[in-house]
Amino acid sequence: MAKIVGGISVTHVPYIGRAIANNLQQDPYWKPFFDGFPPIHNWLAKVKPDVAVVIYNDHGLNFFLDKMPTFAVGAAAEYSNADEGWGIPTLPPYCGELDLSWHMIDSLVEEEFDITTCQEMLVDHAFTLPLELLWPNKKSCPLRTVPVCINTVQFPLPKPARCFKFGQAIGRAIESWDSDARVVVIGTGGLSHQLDGQRAGFINKEFDLMFMEKLITDPLWVTRYSIPDLVELTGTQGVELLNWLTTRGALLGEVAKVHSNYHIPISNTASGLLAMEAL
Amino acid sequence: MNTSKQKRVIPATTMFDGDQARKGYALNKMCFSFNTAGNRAEFLEDKEAYCDKYGLNEQQKTAVLSLQVLDMLAAGGNAYYLAKLGGIFGLDMQDIGAQQTGMTKEAFKAKLIAAGN
Repeated sequence: MAKIVGGISVTHVPYIGRAIANNLQQDPYWKPFFDGFPPIHNWLAKVKPDVAVVIYNDHGLNFFLDKMPTFAVGAAAEYSNADEGWGIPTLPPYCGELDLSWHMIDSLVEEEFDITTCQEMLVDHAFTLPLELLWPNKKSCPLRTVPVCINTVQFPLPKPARCFKFGQAIGRAIESWDSDARVVVIGTGGLSHQLDGQRAGFINKEFDLMFMEKLITDPLWVTRYSIPDLVELTGTQGVELLNWLTTRGALLGEVAKVHSNYHIPISNTASGLLAMEAL
Repeated sequence: MNTSKQKRVIPATTMFDGDQARKGYALNKMCFSFNTAGNRAEFLEDKEAYCDKYGLNEQQKTAVLSLQVLDMLAAGGNAYYLAKLGGIFGLDMQDIGAQQTGMTKEAFKAKLIAAGN
């Protein structure tokens, strides 16, 4: 059966794409962010995953508001990135993992998660940039991938407890996949930020740090909050932490922290990074 | 046009819920079209005609033509879609944040940095 090696959660601010394209990793603004990654690169070199299940939210590239699935799973042989409107470089296509996609779809629906399946799916910066950060300087991403998209755009959003259970169901699906693949689960977005309204620029360092700590030791801690609570505590886009929570759910049992980093600000966002090893 | 009787009030914050999604559909659909370079060019050629093509109402059109982000939000715009419109004018998230909070860009950036202390 496939093995889950661990999970990594990371911010996905589009601006990072421009920093990578312009080689600004050592620039004083960017260094505290990019310096978080080498310890995780070393860990990845050790645990050698060959498949990544990427849990993210689309920002109006693949899904418009005409059809907005709460949970969607990719089932394509290849996933392309495309123009999102504001000019960050488009990255090369990503290789799919069709066997795992369809195994996950069967398993999730059997567990009563009635997801939307996507045999064609464009992937936006929330999918591409974390892979680029975790496997830098490659012509294309060296892992096969399965995208899992969660609606964090149009309310109502799935409740935190539901996302955690969805993650657990993803974890059980991966672990029951008849394959010798080594799988890493990646959750993207957050942490606290608010782009819109008179409260634009809102950041909550205290909450973010508590969330990161609790994700390791007591992941159900955050499920005491409703979605509006989380908007109040982390900003209108801070709710992307649902992708982190889902990722933690997929790791099923206990985890150990491999490495973490937290830096304010990247663009208008508190950037977080957390790698967890499945025990 | 209220989907729920009692809404949670969060200061200076609007959640993009069903009411907003209904109100802003045409505006957000126009912004979605800006994923294509040809559409961005067509918009710049004649902004008003482009707004009409997508059926924006007067409130939405006025907000777009004056590039007032808070007004676009009030007209049902969604932050992720409005960012695509902002990109056409080379506005980054600090420009948009500064405009919404009535701060200079420098002051807005300083506020972000201060949040890390």
